[in-house]
Amino acid sequence: MVFALGLTPLAWMGWRAWNQDLTANPVEFLQHFTGDWTIRLIVATLAVTPLRKLLHLPDLIRFRRMIGLFAFFYGCLHFLTYLWLDKDFEVQEMLKDVGKRPFITAGFGALLLMAPLAVTSTAGWIRRLGGKRWQLLHRLVYVSAAAGVAHYYWLVKSDIRLPLLYGSLVALLLGYRLAARGLPRLRRAGR
Amino acid sequence: MLVRTSSGLRHSDITPRRVYLERRKFLASLPAAFLAGRELLSPAARARAATKFDHLAKSPLSVADPPTSLKDITHYNNFYEFTTTKEAVADQAARFRTSPWTVSVEGLVKQPRKFSMDEIVKLAPLEERISRHRCVEGWSMVAPWVGYSLSVLLNQAQPTEKARYVAFESYFDKSQMPHAGDSGIPFPYVEGLRLDEAMHPLAMLCVGLYGESLPPQDGAPVRVVVPWKYGFKGIKSIVKVRLVDKQPPTTWNLANAREYGFYSNVNPAVDHPRWSQATEHRLGEFRRRPTLPFNGYGQQVASLYQGMDLRQNY
Repeated sequence: MVFALGLTPLAWMGWRAWNQDLTANPVEFLQHFTGDWTIRLIVATLAVTPLRKLLHLPDLIRFRRMIGLFAFFYGCLHFLTYLWLDKDFEVQEMLKDVGKRPFITAGFGALLLMAPLAVTSTAGWIRRLGGKRWQLLHRLVYVSAAAGVAHYYWLVKSDIRLPLLYGSLVALLLGYRLAARGLPRLRRAGR
Repeated sequence: MLVRTSSGLRHSDITPRRVYLERRKFLASLPAAFLAGRELLSPAARARAATKFDHLAKSPLSVADPPTSLKDITHYNNFYEFTTTKEAVADQAARFRTSPWTVSVEGLVKQPRKFSMDEIVKLAPLEERISRHRCVEGWSMVAPWVGYSLSVLLNQAQPTEKARYVAFESYFDKSQMPHAGDSGIPFPYVEGLRLDEAMHPLAMLCVGLYGESLPPQDGAPVRVVVPWKYGFKGIKSIVKVRLVDKQPPTTWNLANAREYGFYSNVNPAVDHPRWSQATEHRLGEFRRRPTLPFNGYGQQVASLYQGMDLRQNY
């Protein structure tokens, strides 16, 4: 079911393309749409653990892999719209952009960091790496999230409301983890 | 009393004499009511009844590029007073009241005065001028504007020898523009040109698009078009034109001086600090295309900047 939900944004995009309703600047629309869903799904992925703990719903963990993989999926689509529609598949030109434009460096970095996470998302890999190492590796999603927000913030002209919103959500979800680790230590210290 | 007639009508069907006489009065009042009712029509409906401009001369300054569709030009707009979402400006600006309207020409001029829109459209024969429009964000379009050279308006007021720049100001009204504060730039929107730039025939005072008066989202009822510069220099919905002797403040420069300069000539060789200006996406086209120096108007305007370092004077 999560799989079907995850495909809904893609279906919506396809529907609008079919109806030629992609606005006056379809390339920009597709880039923004896929980018928006990437960051939203990253935020959703990061929200799973806090929600599990706060709502006492440990079963939510079942959805995290699927949501995370969809975040990577939309990230790839987002990158594809840029590489194909903006850069005509000229990888050299794309790499030049990555080197020269900070917002593209951040975006490209965010996507690159998600790749190993997507690859090692299976139970097989958890076994291969061992739980502790797997968990450390997957903490890279925090960096991805922060890089994604920076990417968004650095590309808007002046209206920073949405980048700030996603930034606050990411900060909140990361802050939760810090607090969750810090509290038990404090309690132990107090004894 | 039942009056039986052959037609089967009853007494109660007979129109009372009073109503019969009043009916005439009612009919006589209809034309007035219609006109009054038209005033009660939503401003959006009235706005849609745009003025058509007849007998437009074809400007020799037009470019050969195919014009962008009216649909795209009127549904993809940067008009931050209303919203920062390009596709939503048309809706948000639909009820923008553009009548009555006054443009005040003032400052270092011999004849400061105010113009109504009726006077503005009569200052010179209106022409249709197709020009390229390049946004600093990296997209572009081609618009068949209606108007005449800005110099016509300026010459009416007769700038004095002290005048060296022209400053412009847009209309701003928080009650009609409630979302302006979300945009991150200060209002009212201001812009400016060097006097020789403003007097150049390519600088245009624009009152229409595609043969009709400007739609609100495109800067109704009157705006400036400076096709060799980035689009934000084409200030919309102007109310003030002031001749001054010092370089005037311009909104995007106030918002972010490092990224937006006073001149803002279209220049593929000088990047925006955060993105390249070497290419642009022409609305309606699939692939990006190379950006031209001065948006392709180099032959006509490059001489204005002889000897200037256009990287420093971005």
